Amino acid sequence: MDRPIRVLVAKPGLDGHDRGAKVIARALRDAGMEVIYTGLRLTPEQIVQAAIQEDVDVVALSILSGAHGHLLPKVVDLLKKEEVYDEILVLGGGVIPEEDIPELKSKGIAEVFTPGTPTTVTIDFIRENLKRKQ
Amino acid sequence: MAEKEKLEALRMRRQQWDEKTAKSLERFPERKEKFVTGSSEPVERLYTSLDLEDFDENEQLGLPGEYPFTRGVQPTMYRGRFWTMRQYAGFATAEESNKRYKYLLEQGQTGLSVAFDLPTQIGYDSDHALSEGEVGKVGVAIDSLKDMEILFDGIPLDQVSTSMTINAPASVLLAMYIAVAEKQGVSPGQLRGTIQNDILKEYIARGTYIFPVEPSMRLITNIFEYCSKEVPQWNTISISGYHIREAGSSAVQEVAFTLADGMAYVEAAIEAGLEVDSFAPRLSFFFNAHNDLLEEVAKFRAARRIWAKLMKEKYGAKSEKSMMLKFHTQTGGSTLTAQQPDNNIVRVAIQTLAAVLGGTQSLHTNSKDEALALPTEDSVRIALRTQQIVAHESGVAETADPLAGSYYVEDLTNRIEAGAMAYINRITEMGGAPAAIEKGYIQKEIMDSAYEYQKQIEKNERIVVGLNKFQVKEAAPKGLLRVDPSVGEMQKAKLDQLRGERDNQQVSDRLAALKEAAVTEANLMPFILDAVKEYATLGEICGTLREVFGEYQQSVVL
Repeated sequence: MDRPIRVLVAKPGLDGHDRGAKVIARALRDAGMEVIYTGLRLTPEQIVQAAIQEDVDVVALSILSGAHGHLLPKVVDLLKKEEVYDEILVLGGGVIPEEDIPELKSKGIAEVFTPGTPTTVTIDFIRENLKRKQ
Repeated sequence: MAEKEKLEALRMRRQQWDEKTAKSLERFPERKEKFVTGSSEPVERLYTSLDLEDFDENEQLGLPGEYPFTRGVQPTMYRGRFWTMRQYAGFATAEESNKRYKYLLEQGQTGLSVAFDLPTQIGYDSDHALSEGEVGKVGVAIDSLKDMEILFDGIPLDQVSTSMTINAPASVLLAMYIAVAEKQGVSPGQLRGTIQNDILKEYIARGTYIFPVEPSMRLITNIFEYCSKEVPQWNTISISGYHIREAGSSAVQEVAFTLADGMAYVEAAIEAGLEVDSFAPRLSFFFNAHNDLLEEVAKFRAARRIWAKLMKEKYGAKSEKSMMLKFHTQTGGSTLTAQQPDNNIVRVAIQTLAAVLGGTQSLHTNSKDEALALPTEDSVRIALRTQQIVAHESGVAETADPLAGSYYVEDLTNRIEAGAMAYINRITEMGGAPAAIEKGYIQKEIMDSAYEYQKQIEKNERIVVGLNKFQVKEAAPKGLLRVDPSVGEMQKAKLDQLRGERDNQQVSDRLAALKEAAVTEANLMPFILDAVKEYATLGEICGTLREVFGEYQQSVVL
């Protein structure tokens, strides 16, 4: 396959802080990726539907409301249920305490990017860890 | 020497100084080619009175407590009384939050500020499907008057002023507050406080909208009208630049977009038939304080001057109270770093100085751990102590507007005013803030600034200590505040119990009456108050209004 990396940037739950999501969306776009940003207030079900419809390689979930422990694993579970988890890299970002990260990783979030992470770190991580070969 | 000759002499001298300095620059170059403020405005090497040639102190500054209020809204400023120290707090259940409020009041805090959880802010009960995982997380969960009674238990509402960060369902929470007060024997006329009630910035930057623009503006003007008669000491709106700045705007954009929103509310109320001086004195504002101390001070001063002029000249206000821009400040959450969090105490201290030197009426100082989680009790105390140290030890509160007359600060104030007015005029041409939001114009302008800022940091053009310079290896921070995960279950159980105990016939009658009123042009406040008193839940009331008004569809702007 020879196509740009496709990324869905999504805001799960009721959280309205979208500065980080929009900044990362622009940075990924400037890095040559195709980015779909969903806007606010999506349920995990809607996010998974969008990921499938848009045929993305990466789902990047931004959350600053403290509901990450519930919402991020739920997206992974639904991706598994739809049998697309093996093709899609799932990332988290936002105000997420360090001590919560091991559990999120064990539940299938490949990496979690906390405040202050340079966008280049996320871009490199995506390029190196894609599940689907480009 | 006459003024003109003095100025001419200075000009000559400045010219020589420039030449001399240019020579020494060959040997001792400056640190950078270009110097800019925190908002990327250019900063010159030196400011003198030559930069303020057309400056008219009488016209542009006036005196404290006088038009155009550049120097502050009270004549004696903090010599009379310090600003209200008001820490935004609330999490988990009403019981937990009630404890935190009592703690803060014991520590010398002088006003309350209630943080609600996201389901409450978006008008969903704790047992709604979309509330799962969110209950009690970023604030307290309030489902009905029952929770509100617990939240303010033992806190006499005639003696505190309470600020509530609530927007789309502001009318419902205000009604609950009035009802709790009544049960304490406190009349609405005695209540002091603020509801945020600023829906336009929710569409722009904060995201807790429910209804489309038009019915949202109607609810807001309903509150203006109701409060002007029934709750006259209540600040009916807090027009907020805070979240606009947090979303990444510059200082100029913060002023411009906030005041443009303010203009939209004024116009909506005038349109609805209200007399400008009947509601304008109860409008209040809410700004951010970032690290560029002098730019921030200038921002607050510019905002006061612009608003005063707009209210007088554009909207024909007669009362000086309508022209005064009173504001709350919160220090900048987005300036805090997750790295070396103790450094945040220093940032907050600088921002506190900015707010106080800028003449704020009340202040929330952020806690050092807020880039990581909700603040612990200890870190909240340090944040409050920071205000107390600035108040009692720094000396900056001893005279009104101490930076007035600084060539740099006055020039910055003028430039921020000019920049903001250019934006305001553009937005007016587009049909006002609601139209500009609908087009995504305001969101896009903010996003451009936010992305530019991020790029500056990544290119090391802008240094954030501990983030892109002076880093250390750190262990993961310990002892962060955790919200009890069983809060959601507890709230659900409380709701079940409530629905079993209350008079459900009364509830559905009140909701039906509200629905009927919603399709007319009636003021909805009395109907909401009736429903609240019968223990209709927040979700039921907002759900009823959702049926009539529909929901706002966000225009996604990247």
